[in-house]
Amino acid sequence: MKKHRIYHIRQTIVALALLLPVALCGCASDKDASRQVIVYNWGEYIDPETIRMFEEESGIKVIYDEFETNESMYPKVESGAVAYDIACPSDYMISRMIQNGMLSEIDYDKMPNAKKNIGAQYYEQSRGFDPENKYAIPYCWGTVGILYNKTMVDEPITRWAQLWDEKYADNILMQDSVRDAFMVAEKLSGNSMNTLDAEELEAAKNMLIKQKPLVQAYVVDQVRDKMIGGEAAIGVIYSGEAIYTQKENPDLVYVIPEEGTNVWIDSWVILKNAPNKENAEKFIDFMCREDIALMNFEYITYSTPNVAARELIEEEDIRNSEIAFPDLSQYDNLETYVYLGEDGDYLYNELWKEVKAY
Amino acid sequence: MTSKNKWLSTPYIIWSVVFIIVPLGMILYYGLTDTTGAFTLDNITAIASAGHAKALRVSLLLSLVSTLVCFLLAYPLAMILARVQVKRHNFIILIFILPMWMNFLLRTLAWQTLLEKNGVINHVLSFLHLPALKIINTPAAIILGMVYNFLPFMVLPLYNALAKIDINVINAAHDLGANHVYTFIRIILPLSVPGIISGITMVFIPALTTFVISALLGGGKLLLIGDVIEQEFTRTSNWHLGSGLSMVLMIFILINMVLSAVFDKDGEGSML
Repeated sequence: MKKHRIYHIRQTIVALALLLPVALCGCASDKDASRQVIVYNWGEYIDPETIRMFEEESGIKVIYDEFETNESMYPKVESGAVAYDIACPSDYMISRMIQNGMLSEIDYDKMPNAKKNIGAQYYEQSRGFDPENKYAIPYCWGTVGILYNKTMVDEPITRWAQLWDEKYADNILMQDSVRDAFMVAEKLSGNSMNTLDAEELEAAKNMLIKQKPLVQAYVVDQVRDKMIGGEAAIGVIYSGEAIYTQKENPDLVYVIPEEGTNVWIDSWVILKNAPNKENAEKFIDFMCREDIALMNFEYITYSTPNVAARELIEEEDIRNSEIAFPDLSQYDNLETYVYLGEDGDYLYNELWKEVKAY
Repeated sequence: MTSKNKWLSTPYIIWSVVFIIVPLGMILYYGLTDTTGAFTLDNITAIASAGHAKALRVSLLLSLVSTLVCFLLAYPLAMILARVQVKRHNFIILIFILPMWMNFLLRTLAWQTLLEKNGVINHVLSFLHLPALKIINTPAAIILGMVYNFLPFMVLPLYNALAKIDINVINAAHDLGANHVYTFIRIILPLSVPGIISGITMVFIPALTTFVISALLGGGKLLLIGDVIEQEFTRTSNWHLGSGLSMVLMIFILINMVLSAVFDKDGEGSML
């Protein structure tokens, strides 16, 4: 009898051990899957309240996941380990995803808000990476610029070149991301930030190496907190962070450098193998609704391409803010990143590694 | 274990296969192939390139220094612990382990806040009219982070080895005319070798492979080999190169494990 019982326990344990992985996989794709949508967005890039409102109004459950850089987002989506429905990459990464056939075409008839509320100029600008506006719906846009603390410098900072000034040694924060770091050096030299010219790249690398002793730290999201805390005098930052940091520390000033910079657009895309395409369309369209877009703008303070939402902004100085809504026509040296191809990416990454290891 | 209840190990075997053997196999596969799937050794020889070799050198240097500092701090402490009454030493060990209950990332972030230019320590120093501490974003800050995070891994095996030394052996040495220094060199130190080796292994390996500490406390200015591997996986998405470099790192870990197997035959030092 005893032996018998042990045998049963053994069978049960082995069965459980074998079934466990199956059961775990099972949860993600259970019968309720049709009532959910899986979203992959930048960190701190949405007002969580809007997600709750979407869930309440549509009855669709949102599974929300975050990434820190385009480069870390891509391999996860590509590997298909999680079947995301929606992602929110930047321009050059979208063109890479289009080239590799990872995106699904947008049906504007199912997204009236996206059609109506997003300004025509932003669709126009998107054609740089999505020539027929077939795949991407603009969500946020902005520039990369310099944030400086006016109490810590003795002159206005207006040029990238000042990031090489030795009097700011140990007071400069650079972006720890390959494209943004090289953009600074390339723009400073008057070259394109999408260059693949070996000489120009070598020169940019050497400039970054020359700058390294002056740099306090290479960081991504931490620029914001360090600048608010007065840790550094000058930082390279995304324009969307500028309004927030100024609210926290009024000594901070944001400028678009004279040498020109990067104009970027982050857009919603629906992935090719999205298991819940209809829910994804509903989610994106909901995010394009003017009141929701306004909530998101007020929460994350990144410039919204949603013209209808901008009109709803009550504070006039924000609605007409030079930081949030700069008139880009006054600059003639702005560019948007383009995808450089696998070889180009490899080249940039190798050079960046040389800078970081130097 | 009798053959009757060998099946008890089934969950462990499944666990090992799924989470140890399979991932190791994948690392081997990626490390020895290129993007087309063809066999290559390029990912391993890539360690010789200037940037990678420097990152490895810096990592080895920093982890050796922090292992040494850990050892020098931990040995006296472990000796004190081994000699105090049972009731009190439990309390002291608890104090030592307590910070480890907090998340590793959080503890390192806390050090960033402490060490920053306008951080807590510098506020206190400037209040006392003392010169500011300028170690954030330097190798010194990385070593501090390593020592702080890995010190308990040195203390516990050392304590374990020292506590096992029979007090009568030491008394006998004294009776036979050995002074304290001589007793320490000839009796205590040799008997604690298993603990020393085990402690060194447990500090050196995580220090060699870390990437969080250098990113948070080093300001991304010093590239460690762990940073290179992390970036190959998360940013560059070159899993082949990342795996190849991981295999090179494994060689150092294997050397370390062989050394500890030779010196610590009975597994005496391993407490954790």
